[in-house]
Amino acid sequence: MATKSICLYFQVHQPTRLRLYRFFDIGKDSHYYDDFANRTILRRVAQKCYLPMNQLMLELINKNKGKFKIAYSISGSALEQFQRFCPEVLDSFKALAATGRVEFLAETYYHSLASLGSDSEFKHQVAKHAAKIEEIFGVKPTAFRNTELIYSNSIGEIVYEMGYKTMLTEGARHIMGWQSPNYVYTGETQPKLKLLLRNYILSDDIAFRFAQNKVTANQYVGWLKENAKEGDIVNLFMDYETFGEHQPADTGIFEFMRALPDAVLKDGTFGFVTPSEATKKYKPVSDIAVEDPISWADEERDVTAWLGNELQSEAFKKVYAMKEKLAIVNDPELYSDFGHLQESDHFYYMCTKFFSDGEVHKYFNPYDTPYEAFINYMNVISDFQIRLDEKRAALDVRETAVQELKAPAKTVRRKVAKKK
Amino acid sequence: MRVLMFGWEFPPHIAGGLGTACEGIVKGLAYNGVETLFVMPSASGDEDQSATTIINASDVPVDTMSETVDEFLDKVKFIHIGSNMVPYANPEEFGKLVEEEKRRQVKDFSISYGQKYKFSGKYGANLMEEVARYAMVGGTIAMQRKDEFDVIHAHDWLCYYAGIAAKELTGKPLVIHVHATSFDRGSVDNIDTRVYAIEKRGMEAADRVVTVSDLTRNIVITRYGIDPAKVVTVHNAVDFSGRENVQVERGVKEPVVTFLGRITYQKGPEYFIEAAAKVLKRTKNVRFVMAGSGDMMNRAIHHAARLGISDRFHFTGFLRGADVQKMFALSDVYIMPSISEPFGISPLEAMRTGVPSIISKQSGAAEILNYAFKVDFWDVDAMADDIYGLLSYPALAHFSARMGYDEVNALKWNGASL
Repeated sequence: MATKSICLYFQVHQPTRLRLYRFFDIGKDSHYYDDFANRTILRRVAQKCYLPMNQLMLELINKNKGKFKIAYSISGSALEQFQRFCPEVLDSFKALAATGRVEFLAETYYHSLASLGSDSEFKHQVAKHAAKIEEIFGVKPTAFRNTELIYSNSIGEIVYEMGYKTMLTEGARHIMGWQSPNYVYTGETQPKLKLLLRNYILSDDIAFRFAQNKVTANQYVGWLKENAKEGDIVNLFMDYETFGEHQPADTGIFEFMRALPDAVLKDGTFGFVTPSEATKKYKPVSDIAVEDPISWADEERDVTAWLGNELQSEAFKKVYAMKEKLAIVNDPELYSDFGHLQESDHFYYMCTKFFSDGEVHKYFNPYDTPYEAFINYMNVISDFQIRLDEKRAALDVRETAVQELKAPAKTVRRKVAKKK
Repeated sequence: MRVLMFGWEFPPHIAGGLGTACEGIVKGLAYNGVETLFVMPSASGDEDQSATTIINASDVPVDTMSETVDEFLDKVKFIHIGSNMVPYANPEEFGKLVEEEKRRQVKDFSISYGQKYKFSGKYGANLMEEVARYAMVGGTIAMQRKDEFDVIHAHDWLCYYAGIAAKELTGKPLVIHVHATSFDRGSVDNIDTRVYAIEKRGMEAADRVVTVSDLTRNIVITRYGIDPAKVVTVHNAVDFSGRENVQVERGVKEPVVTFLGRITYQKGPEYFIEAAAKVLKRTKNVRFVMAGSGDMMNRAIHHAARLGISDRFHFTGFLRGADVQKMFALSDVYIMPSISEPFGISPLEAMRTGVPSIISKQSGAAEILNYAFKVDFWDVDAMADDIYGLLSYPALAHFSARMGYDEVNALKWNGASL
């Protein structure tokens, strides 16, 4: 019986890309999204990645009779796009859910940075996502992963408050120091929250370096054993689009994944666990102190990919400044747009870090320059503000009218009271 | 009187204000009974020839300059050398490169002798070469049509060599028309010295130098050392004929304050942003638009974001054709905070659309516009005051819009061309 474990978790997300939205459109046209690009890209990724990979995972789960397990986190934005543009992808995820060997994690519905902007919005989106997962897959998520694995002490506290006892984040070098990511840890200020830390070396060996590595499944098991000489668990967390999209099929990535469970199980050192199982199976060894938020992005493993320059901070501030007014208006259509506008991707497009991770940034970016991304986004925000203000003003008018209606009744009542 | 005129562009295919101004001048001259032959490097055939005869330099083979080709090359070849400078070459290598380049050029020019040269007529990387070739072709045209004109008129530095060549070959008087100088394109300590040299040579060779404003006249006299007696100012006008006022549906409710032009150092974009931030501190009921593109655009975007006004300060990118008219029609206040502007035709267009304008005192247009608000480009407080006043006091806005409209309609090329 294997005493050590591998925890495989895949992130599934597609941004709701914005159309070219010009100054002249402000106040006139409130459809913000590039439906054509969103549909085209989603259908392409479905053909290259989601459908073949889901099929492969289903085969492997069935073949290994309970010994092979995986976890997914699927953003609400991605789920909406599946429903609209490619329902067969959703069906294939449902088939995976039906095996009972797949754990679905909770995250923010809109793959947003709400944990850095507004606690109440953060909670709202997590609840919305959990409800959506339960509605589609029939299971309530018990483990949480934040957008881009963003984590800090205070975010951990809120997550635990919401009822999650397991959370996934990055085994960032500057946080871990000499400690190994191959154990279960707890939050510093919330010791009841258990943390699973991504092994970025072994994860990126697949996600970023597979084409260069040309590694076989057996060799990779060797690497796993070497890396986890000390430790209980190796957390391999990566984007699902790694398979077939970032690493195209001709690199042999699908064959590698097909062979991996066999190679691991035959060797016998490791078994497979899902995140919630992992934190039940292994005792935490220590707590981890994270003052400033960490993430899995870029060399810095911080949040500067989304909030690193003044354009991003300005856009971010302007969005979350609307929160209160939005709560008063409470309009579902506005709320949906507000959510989609919070997707972290919009801020990522405004990133001006061109050096170490420029290539990665370029690959994911529909805009030629961060400036175009910013201008387009701010134009959309301006239109959204106008709609919000109009709704708010309409509400005031209605309230005054209602009060005026009530007013005479009050006077009458008072008069009656006097007579008595 | 008949004029041989050298220009670089002519409507409808134009990149800047030069072509528009040339058309106005030609029409104004025609009104006053002066015939013009208008030479341009690359005509496309759809130019309006009602007031002039267009000669396409790309159609004319070089053939009448045989005895002067060598002499001519001596004068112009230095322009080309240097435009292909190789960075990081050591002095020996560089010397070799220059020699090779000289040989290549002589060869190229000899080949082109007797042939036509297809000009791009644009402002591309081989601009200097086109300028030199334009001069050769220009000389040829002047010789061929020697008896059809009395005066030579050349617009801006791109055409000065053509003008000089025509004068040297025919002996007829040369008028140089200065729409802009190197000092309007770069800051004082950062000008293109090659262009400066051409400009100076053109001004020196000219019998008369026409400037578009007294501001430019001063630059010509002080910075190029030209005899004040031969420099005269003729202010620009605008031809609004055939232009309908476009009606646009407004999207935004708030009044719009617009900057429209290249976003470059000379246009003073940062002063506009600072003034906008000041106004926004007082009232939220306004939007600012910076329309256009340029090398300072990204800096301007950062600037607005840093001041936290990006949801009220919009960028449109480069606008073309109908979008420019649309932008004017959407505007309630127009602003041109240029640090240096030889003339600046855009406030005239704004006022013609009924938009009150604020312009910098450092622009040529400030010399002739009485009903535009004038501020020093650096005085963002005054700028903010004027914007706020125009937005808050309708009487002021109506008055300046109405008076400004009448004022610019009275400016005619027919008068300017005299």
